Amino acid sequence: MKTFTYRTATDVSQGLEPGATFLAGGTNLVDLMKLGVATPDVLVDVTRLGLDEVGDRPGGGLRIGAGVRNSDLAADPRVRRDYPVLSQALLAGASGQLRNMATTAGNLLQRTRCRYFMDATMPCNKHDPGSGCPAREGDHRNLAILGASPSCVATHPSDMAVALAALDAVVRISGPAGERTVPVTELHRLPGDTPDRDTVLEHGELITAVDVPPLGFAARSAYRKVRDRASYAFAVGSIAAAAQVDDGTVTDVRLAFGAVAHKPWRAFVAEEALRGQPATRESFLTAADAELAAAEPLRDNAFKIALIRNLVASVLEGLS
Amino acid sequence: MTTTTERAVGQPIGRIEGPDKVRGTARYAAEYQVGDDLAYAWVAQSPVARGTLTGVTVDPLVEADDVLAVLWHGNAPRLGAADDPELAVLQSDRISYRGQALALVVARTLEAARRAAATLSLEIDEEPHDCVLRTEHPDLYTPEKVNPAFPSETTSGDVEAAFAAAPVTVDVTYRTPPLHNSPMEPHATTALWANDDLVLYDSNQHPPGVAAAVATVFELPPERVHVITEHVGGGFGSKGSARPNAVLAAMAARVTGRPVRLALPRQALFSMVGHRTPTIQRVRLAASSDGHLTAIDHLAVSHTSRLFEFAEQTAVSTRHMYAAPNRRTGHRLVRLDMPTPRWMRAPGEAPGMVALECAMDELAVALELDPIELRVRNEPTVEPESGVPFSSRHYVECLRRGAERFGWGDRDPRPKQRREGDWWIGTGMAGATYPTMAQPSTARARRLPSGDYEVSIAATDLGTGARTILTQIAADALGVPVSQVRVRIGDSTLPKASVAGGSSGSASWGWAVTGACQALRSNSSSDEAVFDSTELVQKQEKDGKHAFGAHFAEVRVDAVTGEVRVSRLFGMYAAGRILNPRTARSQFLGGMIMGMGMALHEEAVLDPAMGTWVNHDLAEYHVPAHADVESVEAEWLEEQDDQINPMGSKGIGEIGIVGSPAAILNAVWHATGVRVRDLPARLDKILPHL
Repeated sequence: MKTFTYRTATDVSQGLEPGATFLAGGTNLVDLMKLGVATPDVLVDVTRLGLDEVGDRPGGGLRIGAGVRNSDLAADPRVRRDYPVLSQALLAGASGQLRNMATTAGNLLQRTRCRYFMDATMPCNKHDPGSGCPAREGDHRNLAILGASPSCVATHPSDMAVALAALDAVVRISGPAGERTVPVTELHRLPGDTPDRDTVLEHGELITAVDVPPLGFAARSAYRKVRDRASYAFAVGSIAAAAQVDDGTVTDVRLAFGAVAHKPWRAFVAEEALRGQPATRESFLTAADAELAAAEPLRDNAFKIALIRNLVASVLEGLS
Repeated sequence: MTTTTERAVGQPIGRIEGPDKVRGTARYAAEYQVGDDLAYAWVAQSPVARGTLTGVTVDPLVEADDVLAVLWHGNAPRLGAADDPELAVLQSDRISYRGQALALVVARTLEAARRAAATLSLEIDEEPHDCVLRTEHPDLYTPEKVNPAFPSETTSGDVEAAFAAAPVTVDVTYRTPPLHNSPMEPHATTALWANDDLVLYDSNQHPPGVAAAVATVFELPPERVHVITEHVGGGFGSKGSARPNAVLAAMAARVTGRPVRLALPRQALFSMVGHRTPTIQRVRLAASSDGHLTAIDHLAVSHTSRLFEFAEQTAVSTRHMYAAPNRRTGHRLVRLDMPTPRWMRAPGEAPGMVALECAMDELAVALELDPIELRVRNEPTVEPESGVPFSSRHYVECLRRGAERFGWGDRDPRPKQRREGDWWIGTGMAGATYPTMAQPSTARARRLPSGDYEVSIAATDLGTGARTILTQIAADALGVPVSQVRVRIGDSTLPKASVAGGSSGSASWGWAVTGACQALRSNSSSDEAVFDSTELVQKQEKDGKHAFGAHFAEVRVDAVTGEVRVSRLFGMYAAGRILNPRTARSQFLGGMIMGMGMALHEEAVLDPAMGTWVNHDLAEYHVPAHADVESVEAEWLEEQDDQINPMGSKGIGEIGIVGSPAAILNAVWHATGVRVRDLPARLDKILPHL
């Protein structure tokens, strides 16, 4: 582990010096530092900036402070009532101890669990640009089927981010150049030929909050996570869904997939295919197929196509 | 005057050291305070699977104030020849596997050692490697023997003729992946030299064995090496002999003149300390139409390393399980550029019984016969290959009683019949067996001035309850309550004990303890008695001694996702006299849960191009989590056996993992109609066939 210095941030817009990185719950960053994958010179602790409230927004919806702990957010009565998909996604992740430490922004910014990325002795274009991607020929059973590139087939591991992507949540960002907002669906990048950049954040930009807009029918929403053991495992595939069904017709729907791409995958194509269609298993499968037509599975992860397809049908049937 | 009316053996006494462990006062190898000049070591491991190390360059600017030594084969002290080539650390330029120790940094702080190790320049001439086990490998060979000393091949009758004549046959290949022991406490040593004596606080399963091995390496008389192993946080076989950490720590202490601590990081446990070999097993069964086996043929292929021949005895349990007039077992090995496999809980039996017991299930289906009934019809009257009568065998009773307790009776034998919501539900069963062994050991009993007793033996307690059980055995042999007995273990200078392995600890040590305590009790003129069981153990018949059991599983498989959950796991055992039902139950349940991991979760994932397993921590190498364990129960039959040891006990530490994976796999088939023959049975292997 490389020697580093530590200080606390006093202002959301003060930015970061070169070689510095923000530290919140530390549940992912500290692990990566121990593994030699993350090697910051300076850690800037943002947990004392007071960003730890969940507030009501005028006109509806919630403003979730960047520092709100995952366990607190999952237990928030407004979240449980109005956005069960978000509460379920949070509780599907990690363990009680980790959720007590992990924060909203930190969860969004956690890094891939690709086994090559997590091992500093391996080539990996994400931790060592230009060194290559052994996963494409090697171990990729749990890597991407959508949006990958020759340089990188990693997936984003967050459960919470999948729910936020489905809910049209918006990330509020502060930095030396001012404030801006970015939809969660546009926060994470596809890898292209620069997989070392997970998100569109510039160095020194800090997520201060996540706004979740009002969405009445999200009161009927669900998150379903599939994993290799019953608990304490990253998703092999997941979906976040909310649906409004009137007289047997899907009038509106939100759908996002997890563990299939470098970002939480909002299924816009499937949503479009579903609006106005009868709420039947056949429509759900047709919509899933429309979204998954773009999938390019590798040798060992084609099963994810069938898995996601089944999940879409099963979860939407449950919500109809 | 004290009289004891109730025997201590058989009582569910809690672990004697339990309160210390709960309070955090129990000391483990990396926790001893050994002076204020303690140094820390960190291993630099090979980044390639095969090649030569030509040089090591140290950045003089990195942690310069704190680094005390950087050792590699170019400057390390020469060691004596070791029986285990994995202990010849830093002696050669050859690189035999990725993860092998190539250099050792010793520093004043752990952080400095770790950082300096990460910045070493290792100059390596890399060579092409071969890490893939396959049945068509050109270098496959038949080892002379398999562990520990069984013939590699056995044959009787005319197997091919029996297959040609049989109305019903099964010919299947099962594959088990490489598995890792990964005990909670990593392998660790704190070493210090006191004049010419070496003291090691070391986490292991055999203090006298570690002392002897390390003494050989440093060319010392064995009594000059003192190994202290007060508590061990699990081993599962991977601490059965001295591991490289013990030698490296001792070497570093000698070079720096300071006490040195080396605790391996979790990742290093996936290369440096052993693993269970992957296996590819072909099992052929031939039967008459009424379900009597006419032939059994079991061939197991495994790997070993370039350094050392470790020959897993995978097909050996098939030699004594079922009756059949024509039989053949065999083993093949190939040397790969991989770490040396070692023992892991029920080596041989655990993977071997996956193939045999799943094949028996497939045969039962082919015969349209209940799988329990098939087993009952093939119950042998004597041990099939040796012809020796069993000292006791209550396998059929375990099958029958287990079936009753589990509720097997009204089972519909057809697969994919029961559905509840999204779940396909099925049940499966499999047999279990584990050899009953004892090894020579010596114990000493003393009458203390206080009127209490001290019983000493160089055994270890891996967390299983050995210390507690020995106390119970001693109390009964002395005729006093357990409160008057103090058992000392975990120190190589105590009377010599055998390894805590092969489920033989309680039998071996208990035998010596019983002897010493009885001798002391019968001789009131002396306050001390020593008993060495060697002669009695050596003249004992070795064949025909086994524990048996039956495992039953109910699983549910999600029709949407292919996820498997084990709703119920039940074990019924006949394992001699149960010395302590509380600790025994833990042993059985732990074995069964580890069997669940073998069936559903555990797998070291090989990247052939990188020459290593790519999952090497407990986030990526999955063992069952609490949520995976729903209902798990163990029961046992009263079994008397006066031919095995004075306590009448059989080893119970490993039988729980033997057959339980097969029971789960057979239940997965029954739930879904999908036969997974390539472990673990993960959703991606099931979902496409649902």
